[in-house]
Amino acid sequence: MIIDVLPRREINSAKKIEEVSGQNLSLCYQCGLCAGGCPAGFAMDLLPNQVLHLAQLGMWERITGSKTAWLCASCFVCTVRCPRGVDIAKLMEAVRCITLRQNINYVEPSKIAAETLAELPQVALVSSFRKHTA
Amino acid sequence: MRCQKASPSRKEETGKSSKDPSMTTAQKGVAVVAARMIPVYIMGREYEVPEGLTIMKAMEYAGFQFIRGCGCRGGICGGCGTVYRKPGDYRIYVGLACQNVVEPNMVLTQMPFYPANRASYDFEKIRPIPEEIFKLYPELFRCLGCNACTKVCPMEIQVMDVVSALKQGNITEAAILSFSCIQCGLCVSRCMGELPQYHIFQLARRIYGGKIAPRAKHLDDMVKKVSEGKYEKGLRELMKIDGEELKKLYQKREIEPIMAEENWKPADTRYL
Amino acid sequence: MDLSYYPGCTLKTKARNLADSTVASMAALGVNLVELPRWNCCGAVYGLTEDNLLHQLAPVRNLIRVREQGYSRVVTICSQCYHVLKRANRLMRTDPEKRKTVNSFMDEGVDYRGEVEVVHLLEVLRDDIGWKNLAQAVKIPLRGLKVAPYYGCTLLRPREIALDSPEMPTILDDLLHALGATPVYFPASTRCCGSFQVVADPDFTARCSREILDSALLSGAEALALSCPLCSFNLGSSQKELSQLHSDIRVVPVLYFTQLLAISLGLIPEVCRFELNDDESRLILQSKGILGEVPVETGKQG
Repeated sequence: MIIDVLPRREINSAKKIEEVSGQNLSLCYQCGLCAGGCPAGFAMDLLPNQVLHLAQLGMWERITGSKTAWLCASCFVCTVRCPRGVDIAKLMEAVRCITLRQNINYVEPSKIAAETLAELPQVALVSSFRKHTA
Repeated sequence: MRCQKASPSRKEETGKSSKDPSMTTAQKGVAVVAARMIPVYIMGREYEVPEGLTIMKAMEYAGFQFIRGCGCRGGICGGCGTVYRKPGDYRIYVGLACQNVVEPNMVLTQMPFYPANRASYDFEKIRPIPEEIFKLYPELFRCLGCNACTKVCPMEIQVMDVVSALKQGNITEAAILSFSCIQCGLCVSRCMGELPQYHIFQLARRIYGGKIAPRAKHLDDMVKKVSEGKYEKGLRELMKIDGEELKKLYQKREIEPIMAEENWKPADTRYL
Repeated sequence: MDLSYYPGCTLKTKARNLADSTVASMAALGVNLVELPRWNCCGAVYGLTEDNLLHQLAPVRNLIRVREQGYSRVVTICSQCYHVLKRANRLMRTDPEKRKTVNSFMDEGVDYRGEVEVVHLLEVLRDDIGWKNLAQAVKIPLRGLKVAPYYGCTLLRPREIALDSPEMPTILDDLLHALGATPVYFPASTRCCGSFQVVADPDFTARCSREILDSALLSGAEALALSCPLCSFNLGSSQKELSQLHSDIRVVPVLYFTQLLAISLGLIPEVCRFELNDDESRLILQSKGILGEVPVETGKQG
């Protein structure tokens, strides 16, 4: 029998996500403006507003099982357009951090082809590694 | 100053002669001038050691025997990287055990080795461009600029600046800035981006030295003279001379004075 | 006028066409860009988490260097660098808790409070020089050149660091107008090129870039002008492969606005380093009589 003496402070909890992102999840009223402006929306299984709704409901496995946060290019259209001032870009970063902070990379630097490493500008590699590696 | 010798009959105590290599410095009964004894904590355990000794000598005094993490004892091989803290001070301090002197109550550990990813490459095929380094060490771009590496370098190299220079494609700057690197690995142990700094820097220095730095013209001239056989005659004459005669020649040799003029020449110019 | 100048890593190697054309054209306008000594990589993206300040160290350290250099303003040209530096600066200005933590961690011996101002080159052109003065300095007006001004994301969003309206910006249009070119509005001018996704999923960025280029073409543009080496790479590389597979695809020449600036100011084409652009960039300028025959240099590495 496992006795929970200490309260769980896992990252995939609404409180922790709100802490990491600095956003109030309950502000979202599902207007969909973020999804409409998202340039990556065409490739996403869950749209940004759906991710937010799932976050409100605490359904973390569905969020971390989706590619949405990894396709996000941090273009900030959602942030600029949200009528309630929710910074969805920050929320997406927090969702990525759930995985990254478990020391799991999304991009694996050692597996990138040598020709690609020689061809890509430094700005691409630095930003990719900051967003997509642990 | 009282001269305090350790027990005179070490041999009786240990059954070993003082020439026996398995005797520690302390056991050899080396006369210890009354140095003040201070406590140091080696890997968390307290030892009383004479102040004024280097960390390495103090550890040997305490009975440790170095079979790793010790090399030149001259501050250049990078084997004895040491990390320590002082009581009441949150900071991390570093040094080389063979150079740094013990301080009272220091808490230390050694870092004789830290795993660092080393790419394998064929140097002949490497071109003198930064992309060659990017291809072999993509983790270079995981640097966050936290500066932990610089803070922990016992040679006071601006490690972060070297990484920065490489990201900017400046191999020359990186080679010059990292010149004193002794590859102790302390930077690697603190790096959040998991970069193998000293391996990357060594590649940069190799590229600089072998493919970017201008060649020394006087070296080329000398090599030409040698391969043209200019020194053959003199060398062959020397090879014919026997041992005793050779010794006499060596002792009689002319040595260039330390503060010689630019145009100084020896009296015997036959072999110039 | 002297200004502290932060180039960024990419401008020192792959984007020398952006760097050289910037420094040369500003010099021609009487602005001496003094490169910041001992600068480090800005980090390219702004750290968006509230609880991890590691990502702020790199940009803030650069701002401290600007102060050490003795300047109160720093100009940058890469859109990514601009975004990171400006946001990190704003953090240090507005959040006393985080400012204290960052300052005490960095051991630079200074208490940086956001005293430096971060500006983009376009702001310097608009505010310090002015469009009228710029138009007067133009020696070779870019007549007949229909250029789509591509803003991208990081210059305009989020609002607190935007150098112009996030939805309907005009600053790059105004610049092109001052140079005598015809700016062509197109709906995708503020759309994302895919950014850093090019590393994880180049097909994705190719698709994002394609939408931007198609939108520009449909609006009648003959070329695209931009400010960011990452956008330039994404837009350029998405075209290269496609044009090799389909010869009927119309390639849109992608240029840095500073290259257009340099040429219009009558500077020698060498400062634009066109060998680092696609071939079409030179050709479109030649076809408009803006550029004479420029010797074609092969090889991308300088």
